[in-house]
Amino acid sequence: MQYEAGSYDVIVVGAGHAGSEAGLAAARVGAKTLMLTINLDMVAFMPCNPSVGGPAKGIVVREIDALGGEMGRNIDKTHIQMRMLNTGKGPAVRALRAQADKFLYQHEMKRTIENQPNLTLRQGMVEQLIVEDDIVKGVITQTGAIYRAKTVVITTGTFLRGEIILGELKYSSGPNNQQPSIKLSEHLEELGFDLVRFKTGTPPRVNSSSIDYSKTEIQPGDDIPRAFSYETTKYITDQLPCWLTYTSLETHQIIDANLHRSPMYSGMIKGTGPRYCPSIEDKVVRFNDKPRHQIFLEPEGRNTQEVYVQGLSTSLPEDVQRKMLASIPGLENVEMMRAGYAIEYDAIVPTQLWPTLETKKVKNLYTAGQINGTSGYEEAAGQGLMAGINAGLRAIGKEEVILSRSDAYIGVLIDDLVTKGTNEPYRLLTSRAEYRLLLRHDNADMRLTEIGHKIGMISDERYERFLAKKAAVEAEKERLQSIILKPSEEVQSVIRENGGTELKDGIRAADLLKRPEMSYVHIQQLAPSEIELDDEVTEQVEIQIKYEGYIAKSLQQVDRLKKMENKRIPEDIDYDAIGSLATEARQKLKQVRPLSVAQASRISGVNPADVSILLVYLEQGKIARISQ
Amino acid sequence: MEFDTITAISTPLGEGAIAIVRISGDEAIKIADGIFRGPSGKSLLQVNSHTIHYGHLIEPKSGEIVEEVMVSVMKGPKTFTREDVVEINCHGGIVSVNRVLQLILSQGARLAEPGEFTKRAFLNGRIDLSQAEAVMDLIRAKTDKAMNVALGQMEGRLSKLIQKLRQEILETLAVVEVNIDYPEYDDVEEMTHRLFLEKGNYVKQEIEKLLTTSQQGKILRDGLATVIIGRPNVGKSSLLNSLVQENKAIVTDIPGTTRDVIEEYVNVRGVPLKLVDTAGIRETEDIVERIGVERSRAVLKEADLILLVLNYSDELTAEDESLFEAVSGMDVIVIVNKTDLPQKIDLERVYELARSHKVVTTSLLEEQGIDELEESIADLFFEGSLEAGDLTYVSNTRHIALLGQALQAITDAIDAIEMGTPIDLVQIDFTKAWELLGEVIGESVQDNLINQLFSQFCLGK
Repeated sequence: MQYEAGSYDVIVVGAGHAGSEAGLAAARVGAKTLMLTINLDMVAFMPCNPSVGGPAKGIVVREIDALGGEMGRNIDKTHIQMRMLNTGKGPAVRALRAQADKFLYQHEMKRTIENQPNLTLRQGMVEQLIVEDDIVKGVITQTGAIYRAKTVVITTGTFLRGEIILGELKYSSGPNNQQPSIKLSEHLEELGFDLVRFKTGTPPRVNSSSIDYSKTEIQPGDDIPRAFSYETTKYITDQLPCWLTYTSLETHQIIDANLHRSPMYSGMIKGTGPRYCPSIEDKVVRFNDKPRHQIFLEPEGRNTQEVYVQGLSTSLPEDVQRKMLASIPGLENVEMMRAGYAIEYDAIVPTQLWPTLETKKVKNLYTAGQINGTSGYEEAAGQGLMAGINAGLRAIGKEEVILSRSDAYIGVLIDDLVTKGTNEPYRLLTSRAEYRLLLRHDNADMRLTEIGHKIGMISDERYERFLAKKAAVEAEKERLQSIILKPSEEVQSVIRENGGTELKDGIRAADLLKRPEMSYVHIQQLAPSEIELDDEVTEQVEIQIKYEGYIAKSLQQVDRLKKMENKRIPEDIDYDAIGSLATEARQKLKQVRPLSVAQASRISGVNPADVSILLVYLEQGKIARISQ
Repeated sequence: MEFDTITAISTPLGEGAIAIVRISGDEAIKIADGIFRGPSGKSLLQVNSHTIHYGHLIEPKSGEIVEEVMVSVMKGPKTFTREDVVEINCHGGIVSVNRVLQLILSQGARLAEPGEFTKRAFLNGRIDLSQAEAVMDLIRAKTDKAMNVALGQMEGRLSKLIQKLRQEILETLAVVEVNIDYPEYDDVEEMTHRLFLEKGNYVKQEIEKLLTTSQQGKILRDGLATVIIGRPNVGKSSLLNSLVQENKAIVTDIPGTTRDVIEEYVNVRGVPLKLVDTAGIRETEDIVERIGVERSRAVLKEADLILLVLNYSDELTAEDESLFEAVSGMDVIVIVNKTDLPQKIDLERVYELARSHKVVTTSLLEEQGIDELEESIADLFFEGSLEAGDLTYVSNTRHIALLGQALQAITDAIDAIEMGTPIDLVQIDFTKAWELLGEVIGESVQDNLINQLFSQFCLGK
């Protein structure tokens, strides 16, 4: 029996990392929002690695925060350890990573969602979308509840026709033995969406009290308190360490001897797995010259004995997993609490999406997260945030937001997905960004606060603080430009101490700072500022001055690209009417339907000549209109 | 890359006494001004639009004069492309035009893509609607042609070298990327400054080698260094004269200057020849006699092409045989001259000595066999018998420009390493070099790096 259960601006299907951000964002931009999840106890659950951040991903978390999303604030409140990675390298690649207390994490996120005005959280499995004339109007749940909405965001993660594979065992299931979503997957196919089958996996969990930590190396968090969010003021100081051990020759022998029982090699698994997150059996087979592989032991929380065995992702049978564990130094007598498994699921081919994450087939329908072929909580959350923002803005009649590749890693991620598609679960890597130096951990607020404020995600009060910071940075940069340091004994001795060549003439403080051996602290010593400056301000000043040349180069590239981004392609363009296009380019253009000439030029198979032809064709249309 | 400043040779190549190199874009006048010196020292930035100016092009770093030119300055929008346009009229012929083009490219202009001037003219509203289709077809056709050329070159020696070099850079980049994206991954080597410098210097050397040893690159800049040798009275000066007369000398150095070895340029069927020691041939008929044995060896060693002349109506002498010996391993065309006189030479022995080298019989006096000789020279050049001769002219200019930019990028990277710049910034210029080298061989797929990452290293959580 179906019944009318309510009417909303936005409905978010799913409450994982994409769904949580989507629901909160839609509500925050001012849309009345409903979040539906199969199981209320699984909100923002971490079915795999209990960690957030890392290279590229950590910057995504900062970006989410700068746009008013939740992931950064949430992990700041619930981590057990944080580390800044790549501190020995340049500023562009520094990345923060936190180990989460996975239970606290999900409880805190659920609490935030429950307390968010404009947002309703409810349990229910969506089986069908209401679609009229290719426009989505609402959803229908398993229990017959009909919810109406102006826009719908689907964030189903790995639940779509999920199947868990563990050795010879295979059963229909979502992650962590949750109910899978089967009917929705079938329904999406009926609506005409192209689906692909992807695979991912997770390692076994073991009992901490049965680990001999003396045979492992300690991996502590940083001594300096760290935070993802620009708003965090309270830091967790009581951190838990992780531990490092290695597989042994014996582990590899066990895997070799049991390969025939691996669903990966027996052909039972058909989905495409990610290369960057291979199972241990994959690693041993593909890199058989490596004598050992790293295994990180990561506590899953403060109030649990469960430890995540990072590096041992596997779908080998349970008995083999136990033998493997016992062959690892420190784990000889370990007690396995849960076995690792592989999971296959449906994802939609992401080139079916606009850069707003709205589907091209069904208007007002958005998808985000693993359903779009990505992997990782951060990738999911970044998409969830943008889909939630756009679904919310659309529902209340405002203009949607598209982040460009030079704005944010989130922009790179979404552009890659909708322009190039992916043939394996997509993970962000810093090398996917062409403007890595612009997309830094430190300047996420500089890049995105303005946008966040404009759409109502960032409060006026936070925005004022941001403007003040920006002004302080500019003022200090100007000050260092204007101060000339004379080759006095004081100056020369500071330079000497740091191993630099002494000055012959006076030098601008800013220019001295550009020397590799000098840092802001030294300059501050030689030319102290009258006002006390926040660390965040001096960090900006230092990076902006020191890397000015490289930053300017990147900005020039961006400017050139912007010209092409500004050349819009009308949605109704008829590529068949452009005779000179190469056949492959025509097909790709018809499939992706890029919004700008710049996006068109990024499609593989569209070469520069095709882009030129497209430009000429677009110009022809303009001239035709003028002359009419 | 829309609307940056572009340049190209606008007149057919290797033909005509005058050639035009066109520059279009915001920087066109500035670029031209940077390399132009007029007799009055007036700056092109100050001249009126649509005026023409006599002067010299100079290499700005050395101040060396490159060409005598007439430069037209035309400010947009009343130009073909509606942008600022400069047209440089210089001497025709491949060598001089290329020098001018290289000079402009070195000042920051980009070599125009096929049909790009026309495309700009259209995009800037210069051409009307009815011509749009034609423009699109033009771009297609020209690009396809260029692509075919590029594909043909994929098999070539140069592209193999570049592929190897790119792979080397890619592997280095992959290490840098792995260090960044997987900082805790333990057994990949850490890309230190020292290691990076090593790789950088290696790549730099290789590119430099490509630029200098790329025979054709050198040929395009300098001409194919050609030496005519033979015993006295076999017809060396007749050969020189007929080459020069037939093909109009491009640059003639005046004999009697202080230089030991006088050079003369001729253009044979599109192949630029730099005839070495022409004065010597004219004066004494004997290079060895004139400049000494050691010097002549050196001249021979640097030659790209040897024209060895024998006398048809005389028997082979020990001197003739020793000439064959002196040029063994080089590109040689053997010319048996004076077929108008009775044969005394043992042709079988000539072929034996010539081995795989081409033998042409001529009577320079009666203008016989000159066509065949010219054809042999052109064949040698275009059909790849010369080292690295697998490149055709057009893409070659492009290649030299790209290689030059790649060299600049790698030099920037090396400078940055020496300054102690963090590796992930140095990597920016490294990547640029890799992309530029990719453009040389028509390959620039970004996904390569990510593929390399996962095939080179065992990564994952």
